[in-house]
Amino acid sequence: MEDVSCREVVELVTDFLEGTLAIDRRDVFERHIAMCTWCETYLYQMRHTLIVLGGLREADVPAPLVDSLALAFRAERERATG
Amino acid sequence: MVLEGSGAPVDDVAHIAALRAGEESSFRDLVMRYHAALVRLARVSMGSQAAAEEVASNTWRVVIRDIGGFDGRSSLKVWIFGIALNEVHAVHRRIAVPPERDGDRAAPAVHPDRFVLDGQRWAGHWCAPPVPWTGLPTEQLIGPETVAAVMSVIDELPARTREVIILRDVEDWTAAEVCALLEISEADHSALLYEGRSRVRARLEGLVDGQPWRT
Repeated sequence: MEDVSCREVVELVTDFLEGTLAIDRRDVFERHIAMCTWCETYLYQMRHTLIVLGGLREADVPAPLVDSLALAFRAERERATG
Repeated sequence: MVLEGSGAPVDDVAHIAALRAGEESSFRDLVMRYHAALVRLARVSMGSQAAAEEVASNTWRVVIRDIGGFDGRSSLKVWIFGIALNEVHAVHRRIAVPPERDGDRAAPAVHPDRFVLDGQRWAGHWCAPPVPWTGLPTEQLIGPETVAAVMSVIDELPARTREVIILRDVEDWTAAEVCALLEISEADHSALLYEGRSRVRARLEGLVDGQPWRT
């Protein structure tokens, strides 16, 4: 059975999370994670990192800005349709 | 380059038709959905929030002007962000700002000093393993200080890496959409994502346990 070191496992984490690891590499990766608390911690930290990154998404756009852009949209429509 | 999933999704068709028919609500919807992301994407390359806001506003003007001629070969979203990137490049050409240089790639995810050296017993295994973040106060993991630190590490990333992290991880685009917009291969995307995520994780780790580990 092929074994990998922790140093190699951390290099594979991104592709593992993206679901792009080849099946045999994924098996090796998962076997290692199951046995190694440290690498399991690393994987957890990477998942957490993704949660923090996703939390940066901003939903709010100032209403006056939306209004002024919408005004430009309307003006262009009126110009185009004469 | 045609990537699976980068074509126009079904709901785009209705959206485009509504825009062309002059439905203002449809346009407002797009602005609310993408404006903040456009500003974020442009901010570092433009050097200021105000300049990035201008890029985003100009992008919307181009969208309004050109929606009639949009051919649907990419998704509406990818098309809009492509306009924004063109705006950024146009400004850089006009004021002769040299394009940002991407740094050296392929730095390891974790500093090599944290693993046992080759030739020794347990070579390649952790000698300075990561410390679990479980049990830490939520504030420390997603509080304002953390958010500020993550924003600053994103700003420090090389341009392409930053764009990939913002689109894939902050804005939750698919890998295919990111590849289509930036015109990069899946392998490049994977390498850039790896670099960006590793650096963000390392910054969080330093924040959480105060370890002076380099990235």
